Amino acid sequence: MAALKNKNQKLKQKKAVKKALPAKKKAVARKAVGAVKQARLVARPAGQDLQHQVEQFLYNQAQLLDAKQWQGFIDQFAEDGVYWAAVDPHHSHWDGVPSIFTEDRDLMTVRMKRVLNPNAWSQQAEWGTSHIVSNVVIEEVFGDEVHVRSRFHMLEMRRDDLRHFAGTYRHQLRKTADGWRIQLQRVDMLNAQMPFEYVLQVWV
Amino acid sequence: MLHEKIPNLAKLVEPDRVHRACYVDQDIFDLEIKHIYEKTWIYCGHETQIPKAGDYWTFQIGRQPMVMVRGADKKISVLYNRCPHRGVQVCGSHHGNAGDALTCPYHAWRFDLTGKIESVPLERGYKDTRFDRANPDFSMKPAARVDSYRGFYFASLAATGPSLLEWMGETKVAIDDMCDRSPVGRVEAIMPCNRVIQRSNWKFFMENQIDAVHPSVTHKSTGQAAAEVERKIKRETGKELLHYHYLSAFTTPFEKWETLTNTGYPYGHIIFSGYMGLRPTDPDTKAHEAVLTKAYGKDKMEEYLSRNIHHVLLYPCVSIQSPLQQLRVLRPIAPNRTLSEIWHFRLVGAPEAIYRRSLWYYNLVNSPSTMVNADDLENWQRGQWGLQSDGGDWVSFHRDYGRDSDDGKVIRSHNGCSEAPMRSQFRAWVNYLKEAK
Repeated sequence: MAALKNKNQKLKQKKAVKKALPAKKKAVARKAVGAVKQARLVARPAGQDLQHQVEQFLYNQAQLLDAKQWQGFIDQFAEDGVYWAAVDPHHSHWDGVPSIFTEDRDLMTVRMKRVLNPNAWSQQAEWGTSHIVSNVVIEEVFGDEVHVRSRFHMLEMRRDDLRHFAGTYRHQLRKTADGWRIQLQRVDMLNAQMPFEYVLQVWV
Repeated sequence: MLHEKIPNLAKLVEPDRVHRACYVDQDIFDLEIKHIYEKTWIYCGHETQIPKAGDYWTFQIGRQPMVMVRGADKKISVLYNRCPHRGVQVCGSHHGNAGDALTCPYHAWRFDLTGKIESVPLERGYKDTRFDRANPDFSMKPAARVDSYRGFYFASLAATGPSLLEWMGETKVAIDDMCDRSPVGRVEAIMPCNRVIQRSNWKFFMENQIDAVHPSVTHKSTGQAAAEVERKIKRETGKELLHYHYLSAFTTPFEKWETLTNTGYPYGHIIFSGYMGLRPTDPDTKAHEAVLTKAYGKDKMEEYLSRNIHHVLLYPCVSIQSPLQQLRVLRPIAPNRTLSEIWHFRLVGAPEAIYRRSLWYYNLVNSPSTMVNADDLENWQRGQWGLQSDGGDWVSFHRDYGRDSDDGKVIRSHNGCSEAPMRSQFRAWVNYLKEAK
């Protein structure tokens, strides 16, 4: 998990390369497959194209949670990616501070294996979530990396109870050969410091 | 109803079983609050939560809203968070800084940082009335007794009773075990704490902490999941990561747990001997040993790092896991509802890596996303529901009954899986509630 520490160096370079990703979609979009979807992309300027990609990525990630596609959720993260739910909005880095979640792919895998284990007693209660992700703002673009801020609202049903969790996502996404991957997802819940009625069994 | 129940309290607790009413009955809960929580020593917080003059921290002792305040002379006071004028709570947040005085937001009665009245507006209006600055009724009421041990503050709302040290007795070793791991003998609280609601009676938690049979059953899923990933990491990188061990240790079989011991003391406290093997020989531990050896000498270092502790309970509401510098304190709300505060402490002067190591435990086991307490809380909730039912009247604490050492005061189990510590807690419970007569 130490790989994130070189982030600061990269941030220093950001001003030099603070441009939108190249507008290379127009030619690709003429292909027949998925013509309707891609025709829409064609109509957008380059900036909107990136906005659209990022939004789709976030919506898909939320859907993976709501559909309980745990491996699919983990696979959205880069090999050295980290999911961090901060306990205090003033914390600037997950390293060395208490948190609600600080998990790399290996720890996420422990969590997934736990909830899939037939002896995870707390999983006997039926439960589900519904995420809304909105207010998607691209804050930084440099090279193949995009920093995105969004708002989320999650409603959880468990047994006979409803809980709300809402707040801000901040994604550091990197473009790879396989599509966008998460280097860091920071979650700041509005209710991070309220007493938790029960706990969070999976990611928010 | 209440007065009818009081004489029967002892009948609810037999040496080897307890009536379910002790967990679900509102009247009994009220008696517990009055005769245990509002009399004995209750943990307030650590001095480092309020480092500067004017810093305050609010919390409950039983039904009482309290505030712990740092004074101008650095002394700490514990006060009822209540203005003597009209009863309004003076400190309005969980924590903050009150400045150089505590001022009521309603009519600006102003108190110094020990709660003593400083000024009221329009004081001429009190001329020839019974208002009297010298009368403590016109100051914020302090807890009857406040004392601390190595930075950990406790208060008692009863003017008489054992001193804090007498009350802690042997179990003060938990605080020693935490502080002695620092080369300067001090710890500091990491802010903020985690707060989790348990939808169960407070005694479920206090019994669970020293219940050695539950881990490999309750936490089987997490233990197995962590063990699988732990093995994969070792296979691929050769690394053995302690924070996976924290979780995989929950697969420890009954046979191992049976080799441990519990010791129960008269005020309800318990010392549960350790099991997790938290004395590794990696470079970080070696560096920690070196720092402690320099501070205390080799013999003391060995003594300080070799204490055999898993949990220590200070009845009725504190659980300390000293080798990992974690403390949980309960604030009961209702028979079926309990707030837990969960704290982590940094060893002042110890290597950063030692803090990081225990931080993993805090994040993985004691955070609001805990993969461990997820199943505990579920079980206690189901336990609470079960005990509310008429499906049976008694809670069984029969395991190894009659096979423990019991001199009438201290109960020592010779099997870690014995239910002796629960029996010991209820013996103390009856003693506390005897005063209810």
